[in-house]
Amino acid sequence: MSAELNLPARPRDASPAKFLKSHMRDYGMLISLLAIVAFFQYMTDGTLLQPLNLTNLVLQNSYIVIMALGMLLVIVAGHIDLSVGSIVGFIGALAAILMVQFNLHFLPTALICLAAGGLIGAAQGYWVAYFRIPSFIVTLAGMLVFRGLSLALLAGQSVGPFPVEFQRLSSGFIPDVFATGGFHLTTLLLCVATPAILIGLSVATRLRRHRFAIEQEPLPLFVAKSAGLFAAMAGIGWLLASYKGLPNVLIIMALLIGLYAFVTRDTTIGRRVYALGGNEKAAKLSGIDTRRLSFYTFVNMGVLAALAGLIFAARLNTATPKAGVSFELDVIAACFIGGASASGGVGRVTGAVIGAFIMGVMNNGMSILGIGIDWQQVIKGLVLLAAVCFDVYNKGKA
Amino acid sequence: MNTILEMRGITKTFPGVKALDNVNLSVREGEIHALIGENGAGKSTLMKVLSGVYPHGSYEGDIRFRGAPVAVRGIADSETLGIVIIHQELALVPLLSITENLFLGNERARGGVIDWTAATLRARDLLRTVGLSDPPETPITDLGVGKQQLVEIAKALSKEVKLLILDEPTASLNESDSDALLALLLRFKAQGIASILISHKLNEIAKVADRVTILRDGTTVETLDCHDAPISQDRIIKGMVGRDLADRYPRRAGTPGEILFEVEGWSADHPIHPGRRVVKDIDLHVRRGEVVGIAGLMGAGRTEFAMSLFGRSYGRNIRGTARLNGRAIDVSTIRRAMDSGLAYATEDRKHYGLVLDNDIRHNVTLANLDGVAKAGVIHHEREIEVANDFRRRLRIRCSSVFQETVNLSGGNQQKVVLSKWLFADPQVLILDEPTRGIDVGAKYEIYTIVNQLVAEGRGVILISSELPELLGVADRIYVMNEGALVAEMPAAEASQERIMHAIMSGGAAGARPADGTGPREYPQ
Repeated sequence: MSAELNLPARPRDASPAKFLKSHMRDYGMLISLLAIVAFFQYMTDGTLLQPLNLTNLVLQNSYIVIMALGMLLVIVAGHIDLSVGSIVGFIGALAAILMVQFNLHFLPTALICLAAGGLIGAAQGYWVAYFRIPSFIVTLAGMLVFRGLSLALLAGQSVGPFPVEFQRLSSGFIPDVFATGGFHLTTLLLCVATPAILIGLSVATRLRRHRFAIEQEPLPLFVAKSAGLFAAMAGIGWLLASYKGLPNVLIIMALLIGLYAFVTRDTTIGRRVYALGGNEKAAKLSGIDTRRLSFYTFVNMGVLAALAGLIFAARLNTATPKAGVSFELDVIAACFIGGASASGGVGRVTGAVIGAFIMGVMNNGMSILGIGIDWQQVIKGLVLLAAVCFDVYNKGKA
Repeated sequence: MNTILEMRGITKTFPGVKALDNVNLSVREGEIHALIGENGAGKSTLMKVLSGVYPHGSYEGDIRFRGAPVAVRGIADSETLGIVIIHQELALVPLLSITENLFLGNERARGGVIDWTAATLRARDLLRTVGLSDPPETPITDLGVGKQQLVEIAKALSKEVKLLILDEPTASLNESDSDALLALLLRFKAQGIASILISHKLNEIAKVADRVTILRDGTTVETLDCHDAPISQDRIIKGMVGRDLADRYPRRAGTPGEILFEVEGWSADHPIHPGRRVVKDIDLHVRRGEVVGIAGLMGAGRTEFAMSLFGRSYGRNIRGTARLNGRAIDVSTIRRAMDSGLAYATEDRKHYGLVLDNDIRHNVTLANLDGVAKAGVIHHEREIEVANDFRRRLRIRCSSVFQETVNLSGGNQQKVVLSKWLFADPQVLILDEPTRGIDVGAKYEIYTIVNQLVAEGRGVILISSELPELLGVADRIYVMNEGALVAEMPAAEASQERIMHAIMSGGAAGARPADGTGPREYPQ
């Protein structure tokens, strides 16, 4: 196929204001997150972004973010998974039994737990995909079953503590190869190199797209966004470096975010999930095995929920029967705040991550301010509603 | 005769687009006024202005109804005036009964308590008026599309309608149902009810319309009076497209080659009622470079046959063999059917053809993502190139390939569906009603695409309810009735009469057609 005349007249990049307006949906959430951070930073007299608190913020939200990645795929495929909170509890219990009662090494334990998560996802996905039972019902059942099973496994008790190596999953930090003492140089370098690489990649894409005369973000906006990204990541790096450095879990989280962003945007599997959620019948008639795809989104969710379960257990250093209660709501809310559509086919990984951090920053900020758990929930509920209203309003205008 | 409706200088602007530009329309009392134009000409927009979907103030211009200026702010307003619109996509609740649907939002009730006796009696009256004999408690799902259309009309009648607007009412009806519906319009006319009929079927308009208003690109081209002089279809087409279509069916060079695709003894049962044979022992073949038509009434089993063939996407207990180039092929799943060289472009592009929320680009590559990917990673620039290439070759009218398909007109949506299957590069392409609900200009373009396909040595199976189209496009025509092929004829020897005759005599043995929507009378 030749690249002759088939291209439209080279589009002049729209003016930044116009582009912003037509992509309000994409930028709105990011701007909200920044506004919320700024608000709490001011209200807490700078406590929010202190190195210690920032580290805590990451640790507290890692498991929500990780599950939001899987939940996004489930929601985009047109389903929902209510059982993830119970899976977190169940996997934590399983890990505790294996490590504490059977003295199993933490590596095989982790592998067994991840496999168990995959099996749980498969068991639920099987009913949803192949028997067409609504996912709401299947995972509601799963929510009860696995909560019950974690109670049964732990016999109602808390089990702990865990081996130190396992605790490092959550509470450990990456080693500083420079060992300067005090300031964590490796962290800073990683936090500078990563955005530099990311920006380099997007400049390459931009140039390639320019050659194909594809309309894209106006240059000033792109520069501003890249500068912002660089400043934010380097800034976070600076702050974390002046405490204990990058938490291990942040590395895991960042790698997973990158992986899922890539899968959803750039792979055929990702594209097929969006088509499945957008119009299942059309996807099926286009030769896509929609049942298998639905099935695997649940398997994937199960594995990620298991990972979150391990991280959460490691963080608490004990497995309790109540672990993970109502996590599913935070995870689902993160996806919807991030712009996913409840009817499927729409949603982005970056949106879900931003959604998770909006929830996380609010939780953290309100706790610092001493707002009770009662009002925290009220406010979080209203924010969820407002975010989705904003989305619907924007969509109606477009 | 008095004018019942006068729309003057209507201009409606959407951000960036002038959908209507100074449009005038006047409808006389008790006339059938046809409104025609290509897709995107502004017919639906004009009717939305009239029915209040776009409220007064969101457009410029005046509307006078029965002599008085009106400011319609919503559908409730227009219905109070006696203007009722019946949309192309029927607005009935499938699981509720006819009676419940008739009075939905307008219940026969006192203090919120429904008087079922009064409702049923009134429903019976209304159904008798439109000539529907089913009991009023029948759920809508049990009715065929033709009867559902009648229920919609009965619903309009229950609202003391003065002006009835029908948006392509016969698009999904077979000939006999269409005729019954047109006859009903003529009866209303005799009772003094005016109608605005939006239709792409020029022969229907010639049959019933008193006057015709032609829209093109958001402006009124002209209003023709059918009583002054009989209006030829060519005259109307010229008005719609602004040019003469020398021939409505592009000519094709070349003759079909050797046999490309064969089906032998193909049968399928109904998916829900096991044992009810829907597709019966079909034998057919397609030659290289040949367009094979399948004619038949709605419900003859043509779509069912095609879908059961395409990866068993319809029916159960499917038997039979399919051969490509003389070798048996596996069509047991959609993926395998596609890999074997088959493609099926659906008759229902909105529900089965497109992911409407996605842009043109993503829809075009959906059936062949591997064609723009390496090791499962999509090459975005290549994908855009592919989409732009199809946009140019099929003349898809859009702002860019990043436009969501939901915003395209029917003809352009159909072209996106075709692009998708062309990109999948099939040997045999089954087209199911490829020109349903799209205008003359776009139809011509789609026929041209079909010609290109067969010129490349592919085979095309064309399922169509429009006999002139089959006669104009196909090389050979099979006639299907009640799940079986009842006749086969070269297009050169076929005529509308011969095809209808084959349907009637072939089906006579099996008595009544499945859902009672079959041939009641047959226009000679």
